[in-house]
Order: sequence, then C-alpha cells, then structure tokens
Amino acid sequence: MSTPETARDTTAVDADGLRSRTRAFLEAHPPATTDRLDFLRARFDAGLAWVHYPVGLGGLDAPRSLQAVVDAELEAAGAPDNDPRRIGIGLGMAAPTILGFGSEEQRQRLLRPLWTGEEVWCQLFSEPGAGSDLAALATRAVRDGDDWVVDGQKVWTSSAHLARWAILIARTDPDLPKHRGITYFVCDMTDPGVEVRPLRQITGEAEFNEVFLTGVRIPDSRRLGEIGEGWRVAQTTLMNERVAIGGGRVPREGGMIGLVSETWRDRPELRTHDLHQRLLRLWVDVEAARLAGERLGQQLAVGQPGPEGSAMKLAFARLNQEISALEVELLGEEGLLYDDWTLRRPELVDFTGREAGYRFLRAKGNSIEGGTSEVLLNIIAERVLGLPPEPRTDKDVPWKDLPR
Amino acid sequence: MSTPDLLYTEAEDDLRAAVRSLLTDRCPPATVLSEAESGRAHDPALWRSLGTEMGTAGLLVPDKLGGQGATAREAAVVMEELGRAVAPVPYLTSAVVAVGAVLGCDTGEAAVARLLGALAEGRTVGALAVPAATTPGAAAPAATVRLDGDGTLSGRIPHVAGAAGADVLLVPADGPDGYGLYAVETTEASVSVEPLTSLDLTRPLAAVTLTGAPARRLAEADRAQAAVVRALLTGAGLLASEQLGVAEWCLTETVRHTKERHQFGRPVGSFQALKHRMAALYLELVSARATARHAADALAADSADIPVAVAVAQAYCGQVAVHAAEECVQLHGGIGMTWEHPAHLYLKRAKSAETLFGTPGRHRQALADLLDLPAPTG
Repeated sequence: MSTPETARDTTAVDADGLRSRTRAFLEAHPPATTDRLDFLRARFDAGLAWVHYPVGLGGLDAPRSLQAVVDAELEAAGAPDNDPRRIGIGLGMAAPTILGFGSEEQRQRLLRPLWTGEEVWCQLFSEPGAGSDLAALATRAVRDGDDWVVDGQKVWTSSAHLARWAILIARTDPDLPKHRGITYFVCDMTDPGVEVRPLRQITGEAEFNEVFLTGVRIPDSRRLGEIGEGWRVAQTTLMNERVAIGGGRVPREGGMIGLVSETWRDRPELRTHDLHQRLLRLWVDVEAARLAGERLGQQLAVGQPGPEGSAMKLAFARLNQEISALEVELLGEEGLLYDDWTLRRPELVDFTGREAGYRFLRAKGNSIEGGTSEVLLNIIAERVLGLPPEPRTDKDVPWKDLPR
Repeated sequence: MSTPDLLYTEAEDDLRAAVRSLLTDRCPPATVLSEAESGRAHDPALWRSLGTEMGTAGLLVPDKLGGQGATAREAAVVMEELGRAVAPVPYLTSAVVAVGAVLGCDTGEAAVARLLGALAEGRTVGALAVPAATTPGAAAPAATVRLDGDGTLSGRIPHVAGAAGADVLLVPADGPDGYGLYAVETTEASVSVEPLTSLDLTRPLAAVTLTGAPARRLAEADRAQAAVVRALLTGAGLLASEQLGVAEWCLTETVRHTKERHQFGRPVGSFQALKHRMAALYLELVSARATARHAADALAADSADIPVAVAVAQAYCGQVAVHAAEECVQLHGGIGMTWEHPAHLYLKRAKSAETLFGTPGRHRQALADLLDLPAPTG
C-alpha cells in the first residue's frame, strides 16, 4: 500500500504540503496530454481524490477542508474532474458507507472506479410501500448457501439505468421488529434478475426508475455490515445525503429568484400589484434563506456544524414552489404553455435550463424527495427542539405483524 | 462586496454572557411587568448598571471620544439580549440611534464631542425626535419642526420612541438656512414631552412639542441629513437583532411549556400539530439570525450594501418576532392570555417593533427601489 506517492507523509496534510504535492502530481501528469481516465486514476492513486480518505483509498488522511486546496490547484491547471454531479450517489452516499462498513477487499475493489466515474452507483432504498417509513421496507433477502436471494420492488431510483452497482437494503428477518431485521448489501445491477423501468413523473420526463428484483443472487461477500445491522448502516448513507444536499454557496439572486427578477425588470407589461407584493416577499425570503445557508457554511468551516441543515432543505422546498408558481402567473398566457412533454431521461435536474411550467412541476418534488417536509419538521421538532415524540405503535412489533 | 461574517466572535459571546447574566439577575419578567406598571419611561437603575457601569452605552463610540470603540456587531449582540428580556432600557433609542446621529456630526466640535461623551457614558439619555415609524431612506424625513429667527425651535412630533425619559432630544428642523440637526434639553420649560399610553409597555412613545425651545445646532444641510439617515439605518438594522432576541425567547418558552404541559395524557408538545408549528418557527429563526447578523456586519464594515442588508433584515425579522410572539400566546393556551404571564410583554414589543423604523411592507417598498424591481405603473 505504501507506494512513494501515497506513503504517509506529514508534509502532505497541511495546506502547503498538499499544494506542492498537487503541483508535483500535475507535472508528472500534464492534463493537456494525459487521457482523462488515466489522469483520474492517477489522481486517485496519488491520494488527491478525496484527501480525507485513508491512504491507499484515494486520500491522505488529511482534514476534509483541505480538499479545496487540491481542487483549486487542479482547476487552475485545467485538469479534468470526475463530473461529480453525475456520480453524486456514489460519491455522497455509497462511498462513505463502503468506507465505514466495507471489508478491506470491498473498499479496494469498489472505491476507485466509483470515484473515477467508471462505475456508476444507484441507491435501492425506497419502495412503493416504504417512503417516509423506510424501515417498513418489504424487499426480502433470503439466505441460500453463500448467497442471498433477493425479491422485491424499489422505486425513485435515479441512475439505475446507468448503474453498475447499487446500495441495497432488504429484509432478512421478518420476525424481528422492523428496524432490526434489515441488512445492507451491494447489488450488481447487471444481474439478470434486475429489471429497470423508467418512472415517468409529472414533468413528463423520467429522472428516476422503478427497479424490480426477481431472484437476484448476491454473494454474502457483498454484504456491508453485520446481518440485521442494515438500518444502522443506512443511517450513515442518509446522513451523508443531507450533508450533500446542504452545501454550496449561492450569490444574491442566484437560482430561480434571479430568473423571475430578470423577467420582472425586462417586461414591465407583465407587472401587477399583487405579483409585485408577492415577488418582494419572496425576494426577501430567498435572500434570508441564502444568508442562512451562507451562515451554515461558515459554521461548518470553523468546525461548528449546527442543526440548521435540515432547516435549509425545508426552506428551499417551499421557496422553489412559491417562486415557480409566481413565475407561471407572471408570464400570463405564455405561462399556459409547456416546453416538452416527451419522455426524456435527463441525467441531471436543471431548474434554470427549462421553462416556467417545468420548474413549477418539478419543484413539487422538492418537499417530498430526500425526506418530506412533514418528516423534516418532525425531525427538527424532536432532535433540535427536543420536543417529545408521538407515541409509536410499531417499534416493538415483529415486522410481519405490522398492518400493511 | 466582501464576504460578510455571519457568526459570533468569542468577544461577542463574552459580551452576551455578561449582558445576559445582568438581565437574568436584574430584569426577570416579573420586574419588567412591575416596571411597566410604574409609569416610568425606563428602569433607571438597570440602565445605570447596563449602560454606564458595564459600558454598553458607549459601544458604538470611538475610544478617543469616551466610548468603547466597538462596532454594530457588538451592539447587535446587546440588542439580542435586550430583546430576550424585553428590557425597559433606552439602549436602542439612546445608545444606538441618538449616538448614531451625533456620530454623523463633526465630532471635532467641542459641543458635539461633549454630548457624545455624555451619551457614551450613559449618564445622559438621548433620543432622535423623529416619528417612530420613520423608514430609513435615501433622504432624511422632512422636518416638522422649524427654526425661528431667534434661534429657537417650534413644532410638534406626535409619536417619538425613547423621548420620555430622555435628557436630550436631537431634533431635525428646517430654518432659513435649510435643514439642520439640533440638540434640545428636555428640562427647558418650552419643551413638552408627554408620555403616551402605548401598545408596548416596555418602550412607550411620547408626544414632543417645542414652543420656542432653545437649541444648539449640531450639524446642518447635507451633513445633518446624512447623520439622520445613518442613525435611522443603524437603528433599523440593529432592531432586527432585538427582534431576533424577542423571537428566541418566545420559541424557547413555548417549547419549554409544551414539553411540560399535559393534556389528553401526553405532553401537548408531542402532538404533531403543535410540533410542526414550533419547527416552522425555528426555521424562521435560523433565517432571521442570518439576516440580523448580515445587517450588523454590513453596518460594522460600513459596506455599500447597508441599505439592502438593513431592509432585508427589517422586512424579515419584524414579521418573525410577531409570528413567534403570536405562537407563544396561542401555544400557551389560556395562561398565555393572562396579564400575569410575560408572553404579552413580548407580543406588545414585537408588534410595536414591527412598525418602529418602518413596517416590513415599507422595507419591501424600499427594496423595490434598491433592487430595481419597480411596482406596476398605472
């Protein structure tokens, strides 16, 4: 594991050390003349992929905040990146879970192609019968020799049609209460029992899929964590999902409010008093939420993460919905048109790349995906404010006896 | 525009701890209520401890002029704590707004420096004699007081915050030479400060009538205009921090109460219908804090973004404080409607503060100009 480039070296973990290490790497692998994939693989092997990961797994055991130093050097040199938005599920959810719970063999096999984007990942968690109540999931995994045989249906799976691997949670013991009978697996999406169907949504396109699992065989060596520990392992995945959703700095009038403000400025004939009042209210609310996000980022930067992250997701869901609704009205008869109902399969959600009707419809998902606003309000009430939980009737009942 | 610092420094945290400790000791809700019923404009003993002995009255005044040489960031932290306690002290009207106005005058003049020093020590209480709902704008509000040929002031300003209990009024007036800012002693017989029965028991208004009042000119023309504008912006910007403090107390007390209060065999705070309302309030507080810190930081840095930062903070925080106080009353149930429970003090402060220095609607209107988002014509 200790090649000269990845050996633990105390000079590497401070900013100056990382900067010179990155420059040396760029000299050895000039971006202009190096094949993209070769470059990314070499970057991983040099420990410059995600510096907070361990040596030998794309990192240098350095503080996470120092990644910015590496990224700035690489960007300045015009280096290719791994297109992180395209492989967000792998980077943000699968990787931390593999790192936290995977065997050494799993980490060595899976993390490098995950990071370079050679192997795309998807997440097989939600089911038609298990949305907010994810722990009620019904996909079964039954032990058969060295394998598990998996049957069930998953839903809202982005990238399933592109994915080589999936992180999967399935029920391995229906006799236990729901949180305790779940196990976490890595599922090979090329298995003949895996069928992926596009899930068309109200926008007309299909960002997501339904995934049908029929007699899928998963070797026990692809289990992550202990049998029955899947819920705990999944918490790592989901916690990282929230971190991934929370980040990012936005300039004033960045995003949808900027689009609407520009329309307002450019087209006086569309203005009405009612819309004016609503626009100004929304403008203030968006600016307040933007500043709150900025403040959250500053807290994280100085190592004082606050519980405000889930608050941000709630705020942006509401604001996106209200702004896009206002935009449709502002446009009058033009707002009655729609750009394209054909079934498309976009790899990324681009709120600003399409027209108002699309934004209006797509924003409806913001208060559902990644935790409904109602569930997030419960989480804030209970975990941040410390309010008592609702009485629960399902916690200690065997899963098989729960009403469904 | 440089990146604003929206966090609290260690020194700011220390200042907060000191102010909170004093207020916990000297300004519990029962004391606020009895003080409000006393008929006095503010609590002079508390003001002495907070303003003079602790030195908060001079935070915004430079060291060499007898103050602490701090900035709006520190004053904002004091304001948050004063909001949490609905403390009946003239911090906003004297140590922020009156000081802000005098700072805008030529502090090289002996009379100006002397007044500033007295305000910074807290032994003199000042107030800017403008209508309480004056919204900061590009220009100072038109004066309703006139300067006569004999150098005295006459006129009436019907609703002034902080005038009752003030020693010195800073009065914008129009005279033969145009606009000016003048200092008037409230002990003069020709000065009437009539306390008004006010919605906010802890920061009552007064009607100011001047009939040939002797006055000392502090600044004239553009300088006077700019001093008044900056004082109003500082007051409005830091009021947002007070509103944040009011909202914080309301949410904290509501959470505490609903955890303890049992109905139907459960703490009422375990019902989703209530939890969601408190969580929604928490969301508003998260954003309110960011806008209030942003306004304070902009004022401290003398940023070009002050007008937008202040208008955003006021348009946002005013409503959050009112919403928090209304939820506090509602989620306390019957007890929240009693005179005995302090919730009403916060509701009254929040609703009054919403109008002070301009309603949220006025601030949105200001933003429409600042951001070039004009109203429809016709």
